[in-house]
Order: sequence, then C-alpha cells, then structure tokens
Amino acid sequence: MLRVSRLSKSFGGLRAVDDVSLEVAEGRIVALIGPNGAGKTTLFAMISGFLRPDAGTVVFRGTDITGMARHRICELGLVRTFQLVQPFVGLTVRENIAIGAHVRLARRRDALAKAAEVAERVRLTRQLDEPAARLTVAGRKRLELARALATQPKLLLLDEVMAGLTPTETEEVVQIIRAIRASGVTVLLIEHVMQAVMRLSEHICVLSDGRIIAEGRPAEIAAHPRVIEAYLGHGAAARMVASATTGSGDGH
Amino acid sequence: MRRTVAVGVVALGLALAVPLVVRSGFWLHLLTLMLFFGYLGGSWNILGGYAGQFSFGHAAFFGTGAYVTAILQLNLGLNPWVAMLFAVTGGALVGLVIGFLSFRYGLRGSYFALITLAFSEVLRVLATTAKITNGGQGLVVPLRAGLGNFQFPSKAGYYYVALTLTVISLAVAWGIEHSRFGARLMAVRENEEAAEALGVNAFGHKLAAITIAGMMAGAGGTFYVQMFYYIDPRIAYGPAISVESLLVSIIGGMGTVFGPFLGSVVLHLVGDLTRQGLTDAPGMSLVLYGVLLILILRYLPNGLIGGARSLAARVGLRAGGAASAG
Repeated sequence: MLRVSRLSKSFGGLRAVDDVSLEVAEGRIVALIGPNGAGKTTLFAMISGFLRPDAGTVVFRGTDITGMARHRICELGLVRTFQLVQPFVGLTVRENIAIGAHVRLARRRDALAKAAEVAERVRLTRQLDEPAARLTVAGRKRLELARALATQPKLLLLDEVMAGLTPTETEEVVQIIRAIRASGVTVLLIEHVMQAVMRLSEHICVLSDGRIIAEGRPAEIAAHPRVIEAYLGHGAAARMVASATTGSGDGH
Repeated sequence: MRRTVAVGVVALGLALAVPLVVRSGFWLHLLTLMLFFGYLGGSWNILGGYAGQFSFGHAAFFGTGAYVTAILQLNLGLNPWVAMLFAVTGGALVGLVIGFLSFRYGLRGSYFALITLAFSEVLRVLATTAKITNGGQGLVVPLRAGLGNFQFPSKAGYYYVALTLTVISLAVAWGIEHSRFGARLMAVRENEEAAEALGVNAFGHKLAAITIAGMMAGAGGTFYVQMFYYIDPRIAYGPAISVESLLVSIIGGMGTVFGPFLGSVVLHLVGDLTRQGLTDAPGMSLVLYGVLLILILRYLPNGLIGGARSLAARVGLRAGGAASAG
C-alpha cells in the first residue's frame, strides 16, 4: 500500500527525519510512535505532500508520489488529518465534511448526503448543522476524522486523533478506527495514548531522533529495550529488568 | 426553494417595471448607479467574499475593461458590444497575471491586498503616460445613440443594462453557493492547508476566482464608458472604484449572494440623502456618511446580511424557546 524509502529531512542543522524506511501493508492498522520531537509529524507531512523531502521516495499503490501536489495525493486516496485540528470554522459540520466528499462527488447534493452518512460513522450526526466553531475538542477531532473519511481514502494518516480526549472518548475513537479499517481502509497513525496504540495496531514503528529504532508487533515493542530507553532514558531498560528480577517493580 | 424562485420572479418583475413608474432622470440614474456598483461589488465578492482574497485594486480589472472598450471603438471602430467581449477578456487576463504572480508566491492577506493595489497604481501611471490612452486627458468615445451602439438617449436604457448585469452577478453568486467550486472556494478561504489536504487545488481555485472577478469587472468597465462616454486614468485605475467595490461588499455582507447589492443600495441612499439634506453645510454630508459607515462596521461586523441573519436566529431561538416552554 505504502512504501517509504530512505526519507530524510533537515531543518537547518537538525536532521528531523533521518533515512527512514517503512512499509504499510494493505488492510493494516500501523502505528508510528516515539517521544516528542522524534520526527513523526514531519514524516507524515512528507508522505502527504506537505513537505518536500531532502532525499528518499514515497510510493503509494505503485505510484511515486514524492513531491506531488497535495490535492493530487488526496485524489489518489491518501489523506491526512492534522494534529492541531484545522476545521473550516465559518462553515457548518455538514459543509466541512462535504468538502472532503467532493473529492469523489461533483454534485453538491451528493456531497452533502455523503457528509451526513460519514457523520453517522464518527457519531457527529447531532452536530451536523452546527457551526464547526462551536464543537468541543472531542468534536473537532472527530470532524477532522470525518472530513478525511469523506474523501473515501485507501490510506488514512491520523495524527494524534486521541490526544486530549477523556478515556471514554478515546474508547469511542478506538472503535471508530476499527470500524474504518473493517470497511477496507488502511490506517497509519501517530499516537501518544499507548494503551490505545497497543490495542489497535498490528504493527508498530518506533521513531526516535528522526530514526526508526524498532518495529514489530505491539508485544515485541513493549518489551524492546531500545524503545524503553528512548522513552525513559538511558539505562532504563536495564534498571527495569533488574527491578523486575528483584520483585520490587510494579510491572509498568 | 419554490418560494425563493417566486420571490425572485416578483422582484425581477418589479425591477423591470421601475422605469415605467419612475420618470425622474435623477432617480433612474441613482438606481442605475446602485445596480452598477452592486454589480462591481458582486465581482469583488467572488474573490474577496467567497475565496477570502481581499483585493484592494479591483480598479485594475475595471479600468482595463473601460480602456479596452474605448480604445477599440476609437482606433478600430469596433462596435461597443463586441468591444465588451474584449473588455471581459482583458479583465480576465489582468486577473490571471495578478493571480498567477501573487498566488504562485503564496501572497496572502494584507500582502495580497497590497500587491493588487500596487498593480492598479502601476496601470494608472502607465495610462497617464501612454499615448494610446491619451495620457491624463483621457478618452472620449464617439457619440452614436442606439441600442446597437450601447448608448441610450434615455436613462431607462442604462437602467436595463445595469439590471441585466446585476441579474448575471446574482446568478453567478448563487451558482457559486450551490456548487462544488464554490464550496471549495470557501474551504480555501477558511483554511487553505486543510482544503489542500482534502483534495482542493487551492492555487487553481484562487486563480479561477480572480479570473472570474476580472471578467465581470472588465464588463463593468465597458458599461461605465458607454454611460459616461469618457474615461481617464484616475477614474479607471484610481482608488475610488477599488474602495467602492470592497465597501459595498463589506457593508452588505461578504460571501453572500445579495450582500454587495444590498450594500450598494444602502450606501448610495445614505450618501445621496445626506448630500440632499445638508446642502447648507458643505462637507457635512461626508462626515455623516463616515459616521454611519463606522457604526455599520462596528455593530454589524458581518454586514447587513450577517446582522439580519443573527437577528433572525435570535428571534427564531426565542420563538423556539417559547414554543418548547408552552
């Protein structure tokens, strides 16, 4: 579905993304995790055409989309959401989602009908005719998801759609994402809410200081010494093993 | 929907009957100007109101249309109706050039406003110095009254042409509000990056908007020349037209179908009534005009249409609340 090969991007002297390669197989939910500043959002921006990489290629369903115009990438079926939500605040929720729907539907009426249908999938039906400006944080996150979904993508790039949500809200989004995948959409997500990541994804890539330091199934990643070190600092893995063997650790 | 059509047909019928009732040349002239500036505002509204790109140099399109019309008549003896097609093309080309240069290099907001102002000023200076425009003295088109020559012995003729232009501009705005193209323009206005992520070619849409605005304002230039038989650099490319175009849209309500039209009616009524009522205190009318402008902008940030809508929403809310309470 998606093949990223040796992608790099520097800002001044900082290598934000350094020689990253990764693959997303069709029908999967893949997570991209890593500490703050690891380069996750930069990587997303390069995949979706919002940043031009210094080196490397992005191939989506057999097409090289490196450096392609953003709207063309969306038309091909790869759509992103924004970590800092970007609703069209002057428009209603229905009109917001319809913008996404217009990628496949030229007629206004069809796009508005599609918007209502997508709103139901992300549980925004009750707010359909409210101005987007009036939505709560959780509502805005869902709107972000809904607009992307309305473009009928093949691959959905979700940038922290659960950040700032309550546990109940997070649980709802987890279910929504599962339903999206079940409908045949491949998902690549950036997420900090670890519990959700572990439950949702089948494959995890860990990014730290612009490099992929580990990848594998959630269970492997949770036990990976380099991952633990990236998150908790140098020597953390060794200390955890030590505390676990002496029986004083609490297992987290 | 059916009610809207009915209201529209009745309104159009009344508008068509106006010259039969209103015999005063003064009022017909005023009505014609209201329609004309509403039309120019309507063209500004496509770019500024729907696409969110504030042009401060709308005169660049208008003036080009006016000069193209005058020059083609004087130098090639072209019929003004035919010249109008060239004026529309001229307006479109100026729009394409300004749009391409500024949108290609990502100029937004006040930078875009400044670049459009700069273009109209450059054109004004060029028109002042060039031979073909007869410099600062301006051009007078040959007088030959008749429908075929787009010159009318009575004010009613101009009124009907202005009414036609207005209907066209309202139809264009209505079409924009009910189409994918218009929805995408508004998405670009609200948030360009988000729009692009959702498959909108922001550059292409902004370019289309400025081109359509340029075409409409170009035709407006033809109308002006045919009505006043005269054009000079200050009228064509000066700030007056640019300011008037954006003012009627802002006062009436940006990004609405009827906003520019309504704004033009109100502004001209206010302007003319203050001038009529305050003949013994020169300059006082402008002061009053300014005060009224400030009040409208202060208390109706979304224009007259926006104000009316929020009033309707509040009344509706109260009525709804009363209904649920009872």
